[in-house]
Amino acid sequence: MSQQHSLQLDDRDRALLAGDEGEAMALAMRVVLRAAEISEATRLQDICFAHIDACFYNGQAHVDFARFMVDNGARLAVPTWTNTSLVSQVDTQVRPESKDPVVVSGARLLMDLYDQLGCEPVWTCAPYQLPGGPRRGDHIVGSESNAVTFYNSVVGARTNKYGDYLDVCAALVGRVPFSGLHTDEGRRGQVLFTLEAIPEALRREDIFHHVLGHHLGRAAQSRVPVIQGLPADSNDDQLKAISAAAAASGAVELFHAVGITPEAADLERAFQGRTPDAVIAITPDELIEARDSLSIGTRGRLDMVAVGTPHFSYTEFERLVPLLDGRRVHEGTLFYISTSRHVHALVAEQGWLTVLESAGVEVIVDTCTYFTPAVRGCRGRVMTNSAKWAYYAPGMLSVESVFGTLEECVESAVRGEVWRDHRLWQNKSWGARS
Amino acid sequence: MARSPAVAEQELGCALLSRIVITARVLNPGAATAKAMVLDEPLSFWGGFDASTGTIVDRQHPQRGEGVAGRMLILPSSRGSAGTPAGIAEAIRRGVGPAGIVLGKADVNVAVGAMVAAALYGVEVPVVMVGDADRARFRSGLRVEVDLDGRISIETQIDLL
Repeated sequence: MSQQHSLQLDDRDRALLAGDEGEAMALAMRVVLRAAEISEATRLQDICFAHIDACFYNGQAHVDFARFMVDNGARLAVPTWTNTSLVSQVDTQVRPESKDPVVVSGARLLMDLYDQLGCEPVWTCAPYQLPGGPRRGDHIVGSESNAVTFYNSVVGARTNKYGDYLDVCAALVGRVPFSGLHTDEGRRGQVLFTLEAIPEALRREDIFHHVLGHHLGRAAQSRVPVIQGLPADSNDDQLKAISAAAAASGAVELFHAVGITPEAADLERAFQGRTPDAVIAITPDELIEARDSLSIGTRGRLDMVAVGTPHFSYTEFERLVPLLDGRRVHEGTLFYISTSRHVHALVAEQGWLTVLESAGVEVIVDTCTYFTPAVRGCRGRVMTNSAKWAYYAPGMLSVESVFGTLEECVESAVRGEVWRDHRLWQNKSWGARS
Repeated sequence: MARSPAVAEQELGCALLSRIVITARVLNPGAATAKAMVLDEPLSFWGGFDASTGTIVDRQHPQRGEGVAGRMLILPSSRGSAGTPAGIAEAIRRGVGPAGIVLGKADVNVAVGAMVAAALYGVEVPVVMVGDADRARFRSGLRVEVDLDGRISIETQIDLL
């Protein structure tokens, strides 16, 4: 606690602390300072954007905090966007209040309070898919794990992973402790992962990026990984998959991909001129093991398909719609897509919702399917193309997850049972000898 | 930072009551005395913890099913999720949170959860940090006292017979 005095505070910091702008702002400043002391930051850093997670309901303490802020004159210093919620504000039938009155009404109240606080109500875990977000070099507040990793790695904005309350307090004050991934030193690549042993054809498959991310999360531990060997045309959806999977299975908050991500034009720059602490060649067997660890089930009747974790992008809809056009999901199978209201509007403009509706697909916004059962339930054998969903859902819901490609998800949904593209699942396709 | 322990010993009949004193770094101030509960692994207070009952629910966690209410919780750190601070605050609000928390890392999420709970509910749960060697001195069931300055005293009773 004694380090508070070594921090450089400006006049506004001191005024906030003294309560000049009310109790809420004083608490916000105290929380930011406490975080700075704990992380041993020597100064605070101005930010220009925040994406907060404290709007995701997990009990009355979330509501009490937001209400305290709203009732005591809190004012946001920067544009502040909201993460996914437990419920949808647009479609109240996604999780009807009658199912769980305390939780659902609490979640709705929490959303209203953050609306009142002046947040941009985007309710998405993939805010980087929306226009008007931060750019390279911007210091920001991120909280949702996949968004933190995507912003740091792919956008080149700078954030640590801020937990609930601190995310809001920093957005109110407009400052964060200058530490970790806000500093150049914190962003230096530490471990080099190479892909020479992995067939190039596989490296272009979407499923590879999910599996690579899942493996990376476990192998990188708390070090900043640098990946060499990703195809130069790797797209944002694939980089999203790496971000989400690596942040879920491990603690990766920043990765560099040589020749692709903004701070890694080449190896030299990714490591800031230093030598990697370790060089690890990823083996086919490791990837196969990581891939298989994401499936509890492998065959049989399919109860549900869940895609859009993190939220489905416009380009993912663009790929999915032709696969489903003129087809119909099996009557015993549910098919959910989670997305943001922003992307939903774009998809509606294209007339794609009609195609999806007649295929028997349900699109939900503001929320996600892995927290609690949505709409018509979520149980049994569930197929997903998301490593993050496959990793988390079996702990949150009673489901048997089956991990596969988007094409496998569609084909399985139509057949009502798990279908595998055997060409892709042969060990040979992953570079293994047998 | 933690210093080497001073051991005060006192004979009580056939048992030796000894006390280990550690000076910890204060991450959130408070004073509490409670029985220790030592966790072998980090814990996520969102997803891995039921804040309405104070129970560990992480399927992978060695102490799954155990309750933390009223205990001095000793753990390496929290895990992962941004939801940890609110999980801690909610458990404190409901009276099923730990009496105090001793961490092995300077964990901002745990400290902020306790700090906000103190601001909203007036319940002060100390959060302190010790080095690995000192953390290894705690045993579940031992009586632990933490004061406002981060002085920890662990009572151990050794039966001589």
